[in-house]
Amino acid sequence: MIELENLGYSYGGAALFSDISVKLTPGSFHFLTGPSGAGKTTLLKLCYGALHPTVGVVRAFGNDLRDMERDDVSMLRRKVGVVHQDCQFLDHLSVADNIALPLAVSGRLDDAATSDMEELLAWVGLTDRASARPPELSGGERQRAALARAVIMSPDVVIADEPTGNVDWEMSQRLLRLLVELNKMGKAVLIATHDLSLIRAAKTSVQARVLRISNGRVQLAGADL
Amino acid sequence: MSRIVPGEGLRRIILGDPQADRVVPPTGFTAQLTLLAAGAMAFLAVFALALSLAAGRLADRWGDELARTSTIRISAPQDQRTAQTMAAMQILETTAGVVFARVLDPAEQEALLAPWFGDQLDLSTLPFPQLIEIIEEDEGFDAVGLRLRLAAEVPGAVLDDHSRWRQPLVRAASRLRLLGWLSIGLIALSMAAMVTLAAQAALAATAPVIATLRLVGATDRYIAQAFIRRFTLRALGGAGLGTALGLVAVLMLPRAEIEAGVLTGLGFQGWHWALAFLIPVVAAGVAMLATGTATRRTLKRLT
Repeated sequence: MIELENLGYSYGGAALFSDISVKLTPGSFHFLTGPSGAGKTTLLKLCYGALHPTVGVVRAFGNDLRDMERDDVSMLRRKVGVVHQDCQFLDHLSVADNIALPLAVSGRLDDAATSDMEELLAWVGLTDRASARPPELSGGERQRAALARAVIMSPDVVIADEPTGNVDWEMSQRLLRLLVELNKMGKAVLIATHDLSLIRAAKTSVQARVLRISNGRVQLAGADL
Repeated sequence: MSRIVPGEGLRRIILGDPQADRVVPPTGFTAQLTLLAAGAMAFLAVFALALSLAAGRLADRWGDELARTSTIRISAPQDQRTAQTMAAMQILETTAGVVFARVLDPAEQEALLAPWFGDQLDLSTLPFPQLIEIIEEDEGFDAVGLRLRLAAEVPGAVLDDHSRWRQPLVRAASRLRLLGWLSIGLIALSMAAMVTLAAQAALAATAPVIATLRLVGATDRYIAQAFIRRFTLRALGGAGLGTALGLVAVLMLPRAEIEAGVLTGLGFQGWHWALAFLIPVVAAGVAMLATGTATRRTLKRLT
């Protein structure tokens, strides 16, 4: 679904990483780990076209992202659910409206979507917080709302950047369970995290590959966790 | 990137997708600025349009009326005046292109001079020439040929085909009309500039919102429409109000038949009223184009 081929990325001439090749296939589960500043977020952004690689090719659903128009990249993002590090909500809208945003921008906000929405709010445990504004949510609630927004379009790929970064252990386990559930539905999942305990916890329920970015290269840190 | 083209019309913008409008947060100050700018510009546009149309009517009237009339002035000694007048009339009767010619009587000539010399003027005390009024066919007559004949047969006659003073007047009125349209053009440009600045400010202030919208799959077209719809509706509302106030002000101007003067008669007549009601529509169109251009340019930079 998403394929990174010999990818390299430089900031102002200095190489952040190079020669990275990764394939996200249906039902695959990847963790991306590494020290802060190694390029985890950059690599995720390259996956959904928010950045363009300095060298190499990113293929999403068979298309080279370099050849895609801006609006085509936007259409691609409807197939890739992204949980951003800081969630990126629209604070003037309610939680429910924020979660429904992908439906709104793609013109699919109909009655059926409203019913799916209620189901989704229940799934992430935010039914009671539907009409709240994002600033009123706790860290865990924000992450769950961001996850709900990422999956409302039933994307083929879910990309999460430090989804458990601001939450306690119990909440991080709850979020992990949601991501594993999605993976079991056949979605490809890619999670960037520096939280090794999260990776170890995932070991009990899912076959995951751990990719470690270090010294500008990606290494397979462990398989069959 | 998809383009918002003017041909898609105001209707789609106005009816549009209210959901798209909702996802863009309110942009308070720029909203007031757009409303105020559109209102003020529409108010000025009403006057510029009225001026242009009035000048156009004036140019047409002067052109039409004066182009079809000429005058022969007979300046001869008193004892020869009647004979020369009769001779001139005979020449005019046989001149192609002359529909009608008549000798002005003393009372009419006195009336012509009354604005300068008063009502009590006795023309017999002044060496005032005899005037003959000529009404021409649409094609006019051969002025050069007529002058030659008059010079040969009526030595005291001078043909004045009015072109000497008609042309500057018509030219002045035409320039005034052009000035009016130029003003309307400048007003439209100024409004476009203000709306562009307001839209750019709104876009810059909402850059994080735009980043989020693009993250969840919003196309540039979707984002642009939200801004275009908002600014177009504001311009339409502001210009509607400005036009209404402008029309009230025009209606309150002194009327031509009451106050004689160059600027009286400034206003709308007949179907010209319809043009005034087009001002808000044009303002909305200008806002739509300006916002579309600003949005496309800014969106390219933002992501």
